[in-house]
Amino acid sequence: MEKFDKITSVAAPLPLINVDTDMIIPARFLKTIKRTGLGADLFSTLRFNEDGSDREDFVLNMPAYKDAEVLVTGENFGCGSSREHAPWALMDFGIKCVIAPSFADIFYNNSFKNGMLLIKLPPEDMDKLMDDAERGANATVTVDLEAQEITGPDGGLIKFEIDAFKKHCLLNGLDDIGLTLQKNDKIDDYEERQKAAQPW
Amino acid sequence: MSEAKTLYDKIWDAHIVDEQDDGTCLVYIDRHLVHEVTSPQAFEGLRNSGRKVRRTDLTLAVADHNVPTTDRSAGIEDEESRIQVEALEKNCAEFDVELYSMDDIRQGICHVVGPEQGFTLPGTTLVCGDSHTATHGAFGSMSFGIGTSEVEHVLATQTLLLTKCRNMRVTVNGALPLGITAKDLILAVIGKIGTAGGTGAAIEFAGEAFQSLSMEGRMTVCNMTIEGGARVGMFAPDETTFEYLKGRPKSPKGGAWEMAVEYWKTLKTDEGAVFDEEIVMQAADIKPQVTWGTSPEDVTTIDGQVPNPADESDENRRNKMERSLEYMDLEAGTPMKDIKIDTAFIGSCTNSRLEDMRAAAAVAKGRKVADGVRALVVPGSGLIKELAEQEGLDQIFIEAGFEWREAGCSMCLAMNADKLAPGERSASTSNRNFEGRQGPGGRTHLVSPAMAAAAAITGHLTDVSDLD
Ligand code: SF4
Repeated sequence: MEKFDKITSVAAPLPLINVDTDMIIPARFLKTIKRTGLGADLFSTLRFNEDGSDREDFVLNMPAYKDAEVLVTGENFGCGSSREHAPWALMDFGIKCVIAPSFADIFYNNSFKNGMLLIKLPPEDMDKLMDDAERGANATVTVDLEAQEITGPDGGLIKFEIDAFKKHCLLNGLDDIGLTLQKNDKIDDYEERQKAAQPW
Repeated sequence: MSEAKTLYDKIWDAHIVDEQDDGTCLVYIDRHLVHEVTSPQAFEGLRNSGRKVRRTDLTLAVADHNVPTTDRSAGIEDEESRIQVEALEKNCAEFDVELYSMDDIRQGICHVVGPEQGFTLPGTTLVCGDSHTATHGAFGSMSFGIGTSEVEHVLATQTLLLTKCRNMRVTVNGALPLGITAKDLILAVIGKIGTAGGTGAAIEFAGEAFQSLSMEGRMTVCNMTIEGGARVGMFAPDETTFEYLKGRPKSPKGGAWEMAVEYWKTLKTDEGAVFDEEIVMQAADIKPQVTWGTSPEDVTTIDGQVPNPADESDENRRNKMERSLEYMDLEAGTPMKDIKIDTAFIGSCTNSRLEDMRAAAAVAKGRKVADGVRALVVPGSGLIKELAEQEGLDQIFIEAGFEWREAGCSMCLAMNADKLAPGERSASTSNRNFEGRQGPGGRTHLVSPAMAAAAAITGHLTDVSDLD
């Protein structure tokens, strides 16, 4: 997994609530057996016209936001399916950080496991960031995970909270499976105990 | 003296392998269901790191999302679908995982197959790379959907790193009014709490209305728990549960069965246990439900109307409503019963069990599907299909003009050939009415099986009790 420490980028505003995983990547694009290449179909319905051409009014199609690595959006982002294709598509497109008032649980977990940082902020901070984001190309933000700070375009600082373990894994690019396998003895013990108590 | 615990607390506590200082727990996973869409990248990960599946005996695989629901003898026509199903077959052979292949009568939607085989048991932790894994909570198991990284984690270690959910209880008091189904109940609950109302929560369903449900009905309720944002939905196991499980192929047998039942009987919330949140509703207030928008919380009653965004004071919500109505091509104030449909879909892991087939058939019997309406009935598994045929349900459907199909996810998410064309409208027994869920540009109204059948007959959304 790639490490995440600090990024500076324009932030793309997507002021929608309940953005579901079918909006992020519709089911018809889930037929891949790989993790890469899904960025091409990210937000497919919002991003493209029926004939496949770009919808000019969609934020990630606008020249100012094409290379955005940060997405600023509304509450309950990522609700719906457990498909990890949603964070894969975002990451493959180049989004490394999503900032919202709240996220759906499964999406939240999936994102961290792929090295993407999700930040939850209270409404007043969200309003400020959304306003900044809407200013376009000149409004870059810096997200510093170590310091747990977002620096706005005019130098304003926003602090954010994050679970210490998630932060540690992200900063060091740690793979959960490797960490868990170090506890193999404990898993063996558990299995022994369970077998004795519940032989069915 | 031990503290009073909820059902969820008990199962959680019984599965902790290790606890980190920050409260994150390594939790043992008793059962793992695998399907073709979310597993290829997980098996690829195992292969790349030279790891094996730790407990093949606790892992069960079945292809469901991509399988055709028409004649399968010629295989899968769509190349990408075929590759995904073949990848599952290859991976299961390589890693020694039990698989119900496409021509096995036990094949079906993973959330229908698990319970049907007795793979799902009370008191277990059960996961699958699919959000509707919540379904299995109907048995008093702690079941939840995971992403592909976690699928790989479970395959390799039979554990997951988790933080505990908050405890929430939804109680519906009183007997369910005649004609009100499990689907109406859960849609009404989601309408009340919203799609994010259960975020971070494990919901226990309690009260007479829930407890009187069959296992099928309980599965419908738990299935849609995720639509209320909760990770886990559960029912305390009782005689209904034990009766359903007794004699299933993978259920405990002989003396082990008696022992298991003794343990399962202890799986209920202790008197005095405290929930972080409690919702209480009255069954008598619940009417047949139908969705009008593009989120399962966009729900009203069949005798209601399409709501008016102008009545919504919150700007974000108003915008979302306007967007939904535009997508759904609906005018505020239109009576729900006036909305015409092109397709009726009876199926999905929410409503494709024998009881659902019977409910739909009871409406279809002796009637005809309206002109120009396509009506699909897709059983949840090959075994359900067989049982339904033994009861003659297939003939009732066929005579009424419904299509009777092979088991699979089908039009629930349109990954196989069954989809809505752009602009088409459906009455669907599935669980999600998201934009494009049943095909790009398709419009979905979520309803119960009887209401979907009724809509097929009249050609518009219908209250079953209005049928003559
Ligand atoms: S029937 Fe629908 S919701 Fe259920 S597993 Fe299949 S695609 Fe998912």
